[in-house]
Amino acid sequence: MALPYIEYEKNIIDQGLETGTERLTKERIAKVVDKVIGGETGARLKAYVDTCVHCGLCSDACHMYLSTKRDPKLTPSAKVKRTMSVILAKKGNVSPAFIKKASEIASTECNLCKRCVQYCPFGIDIAYVMSVVRRICHLCGVTPLYIQDTAHSHSVTQNQMWVKEDEWIDTLQWQEEDSREEIPDCRIPLDKEGADFMYSVIGPEPKFLAQLLYQTAIIFNAAGLNWTMPSFPGWDNSDMAMFTGDSEIMGRNKRFHYEAAQRLKVKKIVMGECGHAFRAAYDMGNRWVSWAMPPVPMVHAIEFYYDLLKSGKIKVKEKYKKSVTLHDPCNTIRGRGLHEKARYVINELCENFIEMHPNREHNYCCNAGGGVINCGPPFKKKRVSTNRIKAQQCADTGAEILITPCHNCHSGMEDIIGDYGVDMHVKFINDIMYEVMEKPGLE
Amino acid sequence: MNNFNGIYNFVSGPLVWLAFIIFIGGSIYRIRNLIVLVNKKERYIYTYMSLKYSLRSIMHWIIPFATVNWRKRPLMTITTFIFHAGLVIMPFFVSAHVVMFHNAWGFSWPSLPESFTDTVTLLVIICSIIFLIRRLVLREVKFLTDASDFGVLLITAAPFITGFLAYHNVGSYHFWVILHILSGEIMLVAIPFTKLSHMLYAVFTRAYIGSEFGKVRHARDW
Amino acid sequence: MTDTANWDWETKEKLVSDLNEWKDSYNWVEEPYVSPDGEKIAAIVNTDEAEFNVCENGKAWEIEEPFEKAYSLRYSPDGRLIVLSAADDEWKPVVDGKPWETIFDFIWDLKFSNDGKAIAVASQTDTEYCMAVNDVPWEDSYTFMTCMILSADGKKSASSVQTIPLGQAEVFKFQEGAFTAAVNGVPWDKNFVNVWNMAFNADGSSLAAEVRHNLYDYTIVVDGKPWNTVYGCVWQPIFHPNTNAVIAPVKLKDGWTLACDDNILWDSRFTQVWQQMVSKESEKIAAIVASSYGKWTIAVDGKPWNITFGDMVTDAVFSPDGSRVACIGTDKEQYTICDNGNAWDMKCDMVWKPVFSPDGNKVAAKIDKNGKRTIAVDGRLWNKMCDEVWEPVFSPDGSKILCRSVEDGKYYRRIIPVNEF
Repeated sequence: MALPYIEYEKNIIDQGLETGTERLTKERIAKVVDKVIGGETGARLKAYVDTCVHCGLCSDACHMYLSTKRDPKLTPSAKVKRTMSVILAKKGNVSPAFIKKASEIASTECNLCKRCVQYCPFGIDIAYVMSVVRRICHLCGVTPLYIQDTAHSHSVTQNQMWVKEDEWIDTLQWQEEDSREEIPDCRIPLDKEGADFMYSVIGPEPKFLAQLLYQTAIIFNAAGLNWTMPSFPGWDNSDMAMFTGDSEIMGRNKRFHYEAAQRLKVKKIVMGECGHAFRAAYDMGNRWVSWAMPPVPMVHAIEFYYDLLKSGKIKVKEKYKKSVTLHDPCNTIRGRGLHEKARYVINELCENFIEMHPNREHNYCCNAGGGVINCGPPFKKKRVSTNRIKAQQCADTGAEILITPCHNCHSGMEDIIGDYGVDMHVKFINDIMYEVMEKPGLE
Repeated sequence: MNNFNGIYNFVSGPLVWLAFIIFIGGSIYRIRNLIVLVNKKERYIYTYMSLKYSLRSIMHWIIPFATVNWRKRPLMTITTFIFHAGLVIMPFFVSAHVVMFHNAWGFSWPSLPESFTDTVTLLVIICSIIFLIRRLVLREVKFLTDASDFGVLLITAAPFITGFLAYHNVGSYHFWVILHILSGEIMLVAIPFTKLSHMLYAVFTRAYIGSEFGKVRHARDW
Repeated sequence: MTDTANWDWETKEKLVSDLNEWKDSYNWVEEPYVSPDGEKIAAIVNTDEAEFNVCENGKAWEIEEPFEKAYSLRYSPDGRLIVLSAADDEWKPVVDGKPWETIFDFIWDLKFSNDGKAIAVASQTDTEYCMAVNDVPWEDSYTFMTCMILSADGKKSASSVQTIPLGQAEVFKFQEGAFTAAVNGVPWDKNFVNVWNMAFNADGSSLAAEVRHNLYDYTIVVDGKPWNTVYGCVWQPIFHPNTNAVIAPVKLKDGWTLACDDNILWDSRFTQVWQQMVSKESEKIAAIVASSYGKWTIAVDGKPWNITFGDMVTDAVFSPDGSRVACIGTDKEQYTICDNGNAWDMKCDMVWKPVFSPDGNKVAAKIDKNGKRTIAVDGRLWNKMCDEVWEPVFSPDGSKILCRSVEDGKYYRRIIPVNEF
């Protein structure tokens, strides 16, 4: 069944973009462009811009293009043409209104999902170019309101959701207490120096999704692992500053995260089911700091669950009955190649796994990633409208459950299947593993 | 006739030298600049470079239909590969080129049959027309296309069109031959300084992203 | 610092407590902590459903009511045992079984002065935040508080506090500066967009912090007064112990380096610089640096060691006379100690902060190898592989090492001559 196209208002008002633009001068733009193009970027940007022959072969990579009756303005290369190409051609002599539009394009019309990299014969990394545009917009002070607020939260609290330090600990203790109704001696050990694993999460888990902490505690305890969580900042692995272009705060976040692990003397960090956080910690933030690779081994939940099931540390009592399909999150699949491990995990946990197509590295992005969902309510309709293809892809599987091992994907997919009326429920692997696993010591 | 000879001697003599000097010199200059820029500002790139994954990536993309996108767009794939193969390989094996080389340097190599090179030339011209039509008709390509993209296409197609017309003696042979040589020279000179520089850079961009995908991201980039 | 002279350096081996017996007495025993002198071992224990206590050397604290919650059990440097506990949603630190008088809605981030005489916590009551030292909360409290610190002598406490209320997503108001530092509860008179990690000087009379003026300009602030220069980024400042100068890593256009009182201190530029330290004795300045991308080492007075580590360098420490530096270096997930540029020929699964002997000639560290814990001195292993050990302590004359270890569930305190390693 073909899903409908949903129209959206093209003229979106965002207070962050509006006020930022009002305060912006052409002189400041010129200074910023000089700093970024002259100072911060180098051969990569030059080679990418000089090499693109405008062939349009990247078009079919983009879910937004495919979801909007092939709007030529939304091809990956077109997004560069509408932003960076102009900035370069005019050597920074562009208007504040142009920067406003560029910010909207870079922040809400590109998820930095890198699917187009796989479609470009030259391997031009358009996500990188759009990141540079975001960096310019950040330095110009023109960023969408809600994601900017999140970046501020990161700067103050080192977490995404203005979670205060006491709230964090209190939430963990509350989840630990609840978990004891199931496993009487269940613990979430805080600051246990020398544990094997440190588990880190993103701000929304203590804020809205505390049951994930609960379920994770059950999983760690059932597997009999020596683990810990930090009671202090550094527990949040997420990083919206990475997506606003505030590289300094991104680096600071990652420093806090890895230093938490170093301080706790853990051998490995396990992070929850979040994609962008993985990208920040594995690929982006660490590089800003000058850690070529994560200084403490860091695995995504998918890989962790794989290890647990493969080693028999977690056993399945009875496989999940409902039919499930899997959305491959860009940041852990195209970003880390965890697609086969994800399939192993799902096949171990679920009876009836239906692939959506295309899949693995060629999945379509959820359209929430890259900070797009974090730009908040003003852009929600646009985000849903420009990802009809994902909804279609999900609908075509006919599965009852959509598994998305990524927070942004999870929320984005809920919006999409909701608005397109696809009859599915979205779950994390964590939800299903918790439901079907054997729980030793269960009362 | 004398006029033609004079011009012919000029374009096939000193101008060839000049064109090659600018092409080679310009290419070295552009590649050198890129490497200097990496060394100056993005040295970290070397940390992630891998010969194995560079080659893995390049090999996938220079083989027709070896990548998902090549398979999704068969017409474009066939067009692209014929066009580029014709463009890069053919000039070395056209019998007239080989003969000229022999006359100038005293040694030669086997050339391809004229009927074959003539067919390939025609194919390259057809490919150029397909590219042109894409730029005019496909909305997503049209949106991306600048005037310079037509210019670059013309520069690349011109040596084939003029060569074809000369070979088939359409009108004045000498006129087309001179234009043929001239257009070839223009193309050579244009390579380092226009979008044709993708010829120089593609191997680097491909190798880099191939390395990042292979070594860090553990994912396919095709 | 803790005076180790009057500790027992003669008794070769003491079985302090058998933790297996604890396990029989309680539903569960959490991870144990030991006193600095090794004479005591303690853990939070579960006595009944949602009932906790602290057990020290096999004996539970005598408390009126069991704790409903208890966490952050630690020994102070002077050997007192502290836990953060709650009953009826009222939180109190409990010191050697005696609770503070003050009641809080929540407490965390337990800190000690160097001598252990001052005990500090971060606290929240009625959603207002302040620090409390030795049962005395600040007079003023704030709606938000981070980056808490305590001066070496424990007389001053400070944190980054929010002084201007912010509604949801008030990004432009935020960018005008809503944060400052408060010392003993008293805020600086200037606000910043961010105020991060701070440091007191030796006598606690001055406080320096890293700040951001707006979203882009970073600098160092000393007692509320920012440096004139703004930098691309900065990290936590420290005070020179003798001159009181403020030294901080700063990011310039051509890389990271150290600045001192707003002047560039080192000519060399690095890809990263942090955790600088100054030796009071030698006045040498050392920092953890990335000498080039992804290559970590220590630089002393601007000169990096030749050896580099690909993963990270952490836990740097000066020898007592300031002539040497030791740190942890990690390469390909293998940890080792690097002593003045020479790595131990020993790869471990984890290493703890190196400890210099008083004369600075020996380095000891707690290590983890093949799932077992032990102690190493100058790259040589102790002959016991234990379930757990604590960080080694040298005797004042440097001839012996206090080894605190758990083997087969039994906690031992041993004094081992250094030459037996």
